[in-house]
Amino acid sequence: MATAIRVDKDRKYQSEVNDHSKRILTEYYDQLARAARQGEASGFLMISGNCVEILRAFDMHPVFPEVNALQLAIRKQSLPMILKAEQMGYSSDNCAYVKADIGMLMSGGYGPQGTAPSPSLVVCNYVGCNVYVKWFEHIAEFCQAPLFMLDIPFLREGDRPSQDDITYVVRQLQELIATCSRITGKPFDIDRLREVLAFSARAEEGWSRAKHRCKSRPAPFDAYFDSINMMGPINVLRGTREAAEFFDFAVEAFEALAVQGKGPLAEERFRTIVEGPPPYPYYRNFRNLFAAWGAVAVNSTYSTVGGLWEFGFRHDPRRPLESIAEQMVVENLTNRSLTARYQQIRRYVEDWAADALVIHSIKSCRLFSAGQGDMREYFTRELGVPTLLVESDLEDPRYYSEAQMKNRIDAFFEALEHKKFLAKG
Amino acid sequence: MAITRIIDRCRARLEDVEFGSVRDWKARHPGGKAVGCFPVYTPVEIIHAAGMLPVGLFGGGNTIELANADARFQSFVCSIAKTTLEMGFQGRLKLLDGTIFSSICDVARNLSSVMARNFPELQVEYIHHAQNMTSPAAVDYVESEFARIQRNMERLAGHPVSQEALASSLKTYNRIRGALRDLYRVRRESPHLISTVELYVLARSGTLVPPEEHLGELMEVLALLHARQDRPKDRVRVVIESAFCEQPPLDLLQVVEEAGCYIVDDDLLTGWRWYVEDVPEDLPPLRALAESYIRQSVYSSVRHDGPRSRTAGLVEKVRRAGAQAVIFMPAKFCEPALFDYPLFRLALEEANIPHLVIEFEEKMWTFERTRNELETFVESMLFD
Ligand code: SF4
Ligand code: SF4
Repeated sequence: MATAIRVDKDRKYQSEVNDHSKRILTEYYDQLARAARQGEASGFLMISGNCVEILRAFDMHPVFPEVNALQLAIRKQSLPMILKAEQMGYSSDNCAYVKADIGMLMSGGYGPQGTAPSPSLVVCNYVGCNVYVKWFEHIAEFCQAPLFMLDIPFLREGDRPSQDDITYVVRQLQELIATCSRITGKPFDIDRLREVLAFSARAEEGWSRAKHRCKSRPAPFDAYFDSINMMGPINVLRGTREAAEFFDFAVEAFEALAVQGKGPLAEERFRTIVEGPPPYPYYRNFRNLFAAWGAVAVNSTYSTVGGLWEFGFRHDPRRPLESIAEQMVVENLTNRSLTARYQQIRRYVEDWAADALVIHSIKSCRLFSAGQGDMREYFTRELGVPTLLVESDLEDPRYYSEAQMKNRIDAFFEALEHKKFLAKG
Repeated sequence: MAITRIIDRCRARLEDVEFGSVRDWKARHPGGKAVGCFPVYTPVEIIHAAGMLPVGLFGGGNTIELANADARFQSFVCSIAKTTLEMGFQGRLKLLDGTIFSSICDVARNLSSVMARNFPELQVEYIHHAQNMTSPAAVDYVESEFARIQRNMERLAGHPVSQEALASSLKTYNRIRGALRDLYRVRRESPHLISTVELYVLARSGTLVPPEEHLGELMEVLALLHARQDRPKDRVRVVIESAFCEQPPLDLLQVVEEAGCYIVDDDLLTGWRWYVEDVPEDLPPLRALAESYIRQSVYSSVRHDGPRSRTAGLVEKVRRAGAQAVIFMPAKFCEPALFDYPLFRLALEEANIPHLVIEFEEKMWTFERTRNELETFVESMLFD
């Protein structure tokens, strides 16, 4: 009957794809550290629906404070930074991503001595999350850097934007281009942008194919936990040759695994869809709790914050600014409504043949979490999809309780297994 | 005296959990529709021009027990989101035909989705307010957004809205905002003539009646104020900041005054006062609203300010009001307000302006601790 497998707490989930991802991201960090020392031009950006391609067209080093925050959490270094920010007056109820990053900034995290260059330009791509506006206002203030507020209209009616929305974004992108040109002293080269976009489209195609591969049984990788390793290349390195080649490599590797019938665990007993960011400070512990039940995520919403590629959208070098605008407005999770997210998950459950939905509710991130109780109602009551809702945080280790988490997860899968058993009988 | 009578009437309207004034309006206007406006800012002119009644939707305060909403929204979400939703579940919003939410924060945005899903009979609208205040494209965008809202309001009303109707609504609301500015000026210059509790009750209850009626009340109070006989007292002049969305309990405002403060400026009901000057009456109405949104809105924690910074705005507000201190009054869990605090604090410290933070929830019953804190604060100021 219902049993969890014992999981070695230091168990490795690494594959060659993850290693490859680590390698190219390490190169990126090295570049940033070099750029910091040499004072090269950099542009700060947010992950969600970003327009990194524009910065690349000017050879500006893109810096993502969210990735800084994430790295701190994964290395278990976030708490002192968070506390530092709280001393400055940030509330315990503010998004801890921001607090960790500001704490790091105040500890000399940016600039010649730090690991990332100071911003030459802060580009607030306000894509969905209102906290972004605050975060970048604060960075611009503390770094005394110019702020470009790139306002992206929320996807309000249905799932298409209006022509007015797109025009507004394209006009702002043109202004952004002029600003980058002024800051770097370089003229804008549309062919360079087209080349960058072609690399983007190739990476997007690969990422999409990889995700569709998780329709196989077993899925060749965990589309939540392993996806994190692909989110670096797709969101941060998008538009580079390295990212495009990384996805060529990843697709090949996953195809091979699928053919051999191999997945990330010895046995795939449950297929889940996961909603919400992971608890980075306890990333491995959290993963182990699911691995113990043979639960593999076959798709996840978090992996689409930067862009939603598996439903077909690609950047288009023939329509450079329009396609960037479309991606920012429509083709990412963050700029879509909560109920649009329900439909995205529903499609995942159906097309990726999942047994359950797991919602990881993040105290920091109201963009994701506010209203997830309603989401649970929708999936359990209206669609009859077994749904587990657990709570912690993506950055602040104080909100993770291992014992409580384990109890909830064990109870859920025990019941699910029982149900499966009855259904078979 | 007459002012007290008007205020009492307003207070009764405000405390009527059944929205009696909206029901009355509907009874007098068969087929008339009412549209709830979630704080902070809604272009109410468009609703009014469509012959409908804009209604302030500020949550249930302490008049509602959560039975369903806390299963939908987690513990770390502000009270207004939960009580607004709960009002829906308990049928208290049945008299509304539509609601308008906007991009003030992540919670309000998700709330609009949850409302739309759970109450399909309600027409739920969502406005994306521009955050880019410097791009020439922004005014065009805001105008197109207001035009979209106009089309959707026409659909709800069942008939088109004329330019004349819009222009006339614009004038009416200009008069209201002008009268509110006058009242705020009186309170700033002679805070003993009108208390904040009175002013607030008057302004807030105006979100529950047709603007013409509200304007009448404001003018009446303005006319009567100077005849009041009260004498100024020795009190600390303070500005209240961060109460722009969820509104503090009336009792809390009263405690601030009783503890020895004159509140000489605030950001209560900020969206209903929004423009620092009249919206131009000589431009096409939606263009005028859009221009005003971009160029002459009050600074707010839910709106990026471009080159004018909020921190400078607060310091200037304190100076202009001749205030000695700031009381931050954020709703518990209100992320936009909480995020502004560190920068506000730095700016105030630099300008040598003392401040106190008082977080509140809708369901606050006892104010004793807050009263003590306030009294200590006031003493430290008076004997400094
Ligand atoms: S609220 Fe969520 S999306 Fe926004 S910055 Fe914080 S973690 Fe990121
Ligand atoms: S009180 Fe604050 S967090 Fe809550 S809905 Fe209003 S602005 Fe958003």
